[in-house]
Amino acid sequence: MTLASDRVETRLPDLKPALTEAQARAEAARCLFCHDAPCVAACPTAIDIPLFIRQIHSANPVGAARTIFEANSLGHSCARVCPVEVLCVGDCVYNHKGEPPIMIGRLQRYATDHVVHAGLQLFEPGSSSGRAIACVGGGPASLACAHELVRLGHRAVVFEKSAWPGGLNTDGVAPYKMQAEESMAEVAWLSEIGIEWRLGVEVGRDVPWLELEREFDAVFLGVGLGGDAPLGIPGEELPGVWGATRLIEAIKTGREVDPASVYAAVVIGGGNTAVDAARELRLLGVPDVRLVYRRGPESMPAYEHEREHAIAEGVGFTWRAVPVAFEGDGRVQSVRLTTVDRGFQPVGVPFSLAADLVAIAAGQGRLVDLLAAIPGAIDHEGGRVRVDPRTGRTSNPRYWAGGDLANGGAEVVNAAAEGKRAARGIHAWLARNGGPE
Amino acid sequence: MSVTNGNRRNGGPRPGRPVDLSVECGGIRSPNPFWLASGPPTNTAGQVMRAFDMGWGGAVWKTLGDPITNTASRYGAIDYQGRNVAGFNNIELITDRPLDVNLREIAEVKRRYPGHAVVASLMVGSRDEWQDIIRRTEDTGCDGFELNFGCPHGMCERGMGSAVGQEPRVLEEITGWAMEFSSIPVLVKLTPNITDILDPAMAAQRGGASGVSLINTIKSVIRIDHDTFSPIPSVAGQGTSGGYCGPAVKPIALHMVTRLGKAPEFRLPVSAIGGIHTWEDALDFVLMGASSLQVCTAAMHYGFRIVEEMARGLEEWMREKGYARIEEFRGRALPNYEEWGDLDLNYRIVAEIDPATCIGCQLCYAACEDGAHQCIALPAGTRVPRVKPDECVGCNLCQLVCPVEGCITMVEVDNGLPRESWNDRVAKGTAGAGGRH
Repeated sequence: MTLASDRVETRLPDLKPALTEAQARAEAARCLFCHDAPCVAACPTAIDIPLFIRQIHSANPVGAARTIFEANSLGHSCARVCPVEVLCVGDCVYNHKGEPPIMIGRLQRYATDHVVHAGLQLFEPGSSSGRAIACVGGGPASLACAHELVRLGHRAVVFEKSAWPGGLNTDGVAPYKMQAEESMAEVAWLSEIGIEWRLGVEVGRDVPWLELEREFDAVFLGVGLGGDAPLGIPGEELPGVWGATRLIEAIKTGREVDPASVYAAVVIGGGNTAVDAARELRLLGVPDVRLVYRRGPESMPAYEHEREHAIAEGVGFTWRAVPVAFEGDGRVQSVRLTTVDRGFQPVGVPFSLAADLVAIAAGQGRLVDLLAAIPGAIDHEGGRVRVDPRTGRTSNPRYWAGGDLANGGAEVVNAAAEGKRAARGIHAWLARNGGPE
Repeated sequence: MSVTNGNRRNGGPRPGRPVDLSVECGGIRSPNPFWLASGPPTNTAGQVMRAFDMGWGGAVWKTLGDPITNTASRYGAIDYQGRNVAGFNNIELITDRPLDVNLREIAEVKRRYPGHAVVASLMVGSRDEWQDIIRRTEDTGCDGFELNFGCPHGMCERGMGSAVGQEPRVLEEITGWAMEFSSIPVLVKLTPNITDILDPAMAAQRGGASGVSLINTIKSVIRIDHDTFSPIPSVAGQGTSGGYCGPAVKPIALHMVTRLGKAPEFRLPVSAIGGIHTWEDALDFVLMGASSLQVCTAAMHYGFRIVEEMARGLEEWMREKGYARIEEFRGRALPNYEEWGDLDLNYRIVAEIDPATCIGCQLCYAACEDGAHQCIALPAGTRVPRVKPDECVGCNLCQLVCPVEGCITMVEVDNGLPRESWNDRVAKGTAGAGGRH
């Protein structure tokens, strides 16, 4: 599977470009090598950051990459997509010294690029156990789970309903952090260990769950979240009104979106997806991009550093407003809005914003129907699957889960940690011959 | 009468006096103490004149003798923490230019720069050769000679260089020849590749030398190429021991200069060489008794203009301290240098960590716990370590590794005990095992 080379996302710059060897070694030299380093504690996959930085400094990028991948098999994409500002870099002690924190993400990228781009394989499959596990969903959680399972000697088969692998890493990550090709390269590199793929296969539709249970010893669910949640207001069906994740997917995987034809774009929402969509449109050259949020800036769930970037790039903000209708003749032309108070009750005079593109980032649905179709009960809370925090196992003894499906929507690095946790959980269970916990 | 008044009456420190950097070393005068050491920077008249224009006070010409053939390559360097050339080694020999060319150029430099110190470094074999080269070189009008008894590679195999410097009897004899033939000052350049620097220094004194210069380079193998397995510098895949210099050797040179400064039987002036890169390095040597300072590696790394920083830095310090002439503080630190047996064993200091500036890297904890005396604790709920004052031995390792200036201070503790050294204890007959090292 290859994606079109003239995908819209390819017009976007890499905002955190690769460091040269000299830059990486100079930056690595700054690392203090803290005892019990706070950056490690801040990493959901607990990468030994001071160690890999020291390895970069001592001209051992392969060793550095090994340190990274031992902890986090998705270290290549995490280097690019992690919100390091609120994780490792945010906890770097240099922040308390009034000096720039270590560029941990970019150093990690330096090390993983070195290995992944050269196609160096650092890991081998474990000696065969004769067991097989189905990983449902082809995103980061399943990938991390499958990679760990193969290293532990099991057969891992990933079922992905779309035509390409990688999940949100391929079709959802902001392109100025990582483009689809890089995600696919990571998938290919990881899969070389022996991960099998069933692309374009939707479990429950193309393959019945019961058949999966017959063919495999265990099932890992890493299906993520559902589609963009609708607002349920008039005009939502007009051409030009997009769900935000659908819009980002279109930008990343094809040519469906034509930024040159958009003069004014309105993004509805206050989360990271909303900010990503707004920044992407703005960086693609849309002159007027405005983000509309029903609360004030202090309540915005998006990361502050992302909002700062958006402001610097020229995204406008309208606070304490909600759309009441999308209007237009044959396609969207404007958004009708009303200001709201803290209880979201309309106040003031309704107003309109011109918009020939609208992106709705009001959250994503949950895959409740998918869960209901699985034989045997899987406990969940509104679609968020409950798992054992040590093993990632669901209430159904044959099923494990991780990633957005289990954590409700978090980062790639969380999915990587949870996928690996589930693999270890499955391995321990198989080692007990499938007996009880 | 107070000390200050006494000093003033004797022309001691008084801030605001005009600063005069001129020095005299063994009868050789120069407008400032900064001389280029004999080496590649003093190979030609063009270089030396350019250096004088930029502010160097003197130059020791690249060693004259029978022209040699050099190898390619000739240099190796150690990079440390992102800075290159922290240590430097070379296998270059004495001048590769005909003697008459060098002599013509020395005469030209001296004619154009009568006030600067031009010292001719010499290295030949027999008594007749010494007589010949001294006679011919003296005709250039140079200010003095430096006998190269230090070069640790290439020349020693021919019975010259460090082969002489390592044999006090031979050194004394050849120094005697030079004094016999020369009517201008003669400095003897000493090799550090001996057990006690005082032995060759005393031999130089017995031979009648006007002064000594030290240290020449230290015999070294700087590193190995891990792909070709050739020592660096590599000459067609092979390497050899070379002379080590640069910032890394300064403490060794300072020790040797101090050794001579503290020896009452040694009375010759010292021209100090070894890792001088900044005015602070230079000042260290002057405070330990050096009359002039020679620099090579720093000029090879950064060019001649570094002398500006050195000269201005020294001037600024002198202004601040109220010194008008270098002679007023030369050797000022020597009285504070004692043998270990005379240090006060009852003096107590303990480390104190300032929680307001501590950034929580815990390097002090790791250093004390693993590398010192286990006197720092990590209290729960904070990243700020705590010194156990009753257990702190006052070694100050924590202060050295702390990346925050002024965060860890060593605080004096009044234990009420009088000054008592190991030698005091020996004299009183109370010495136990506690003072051995």
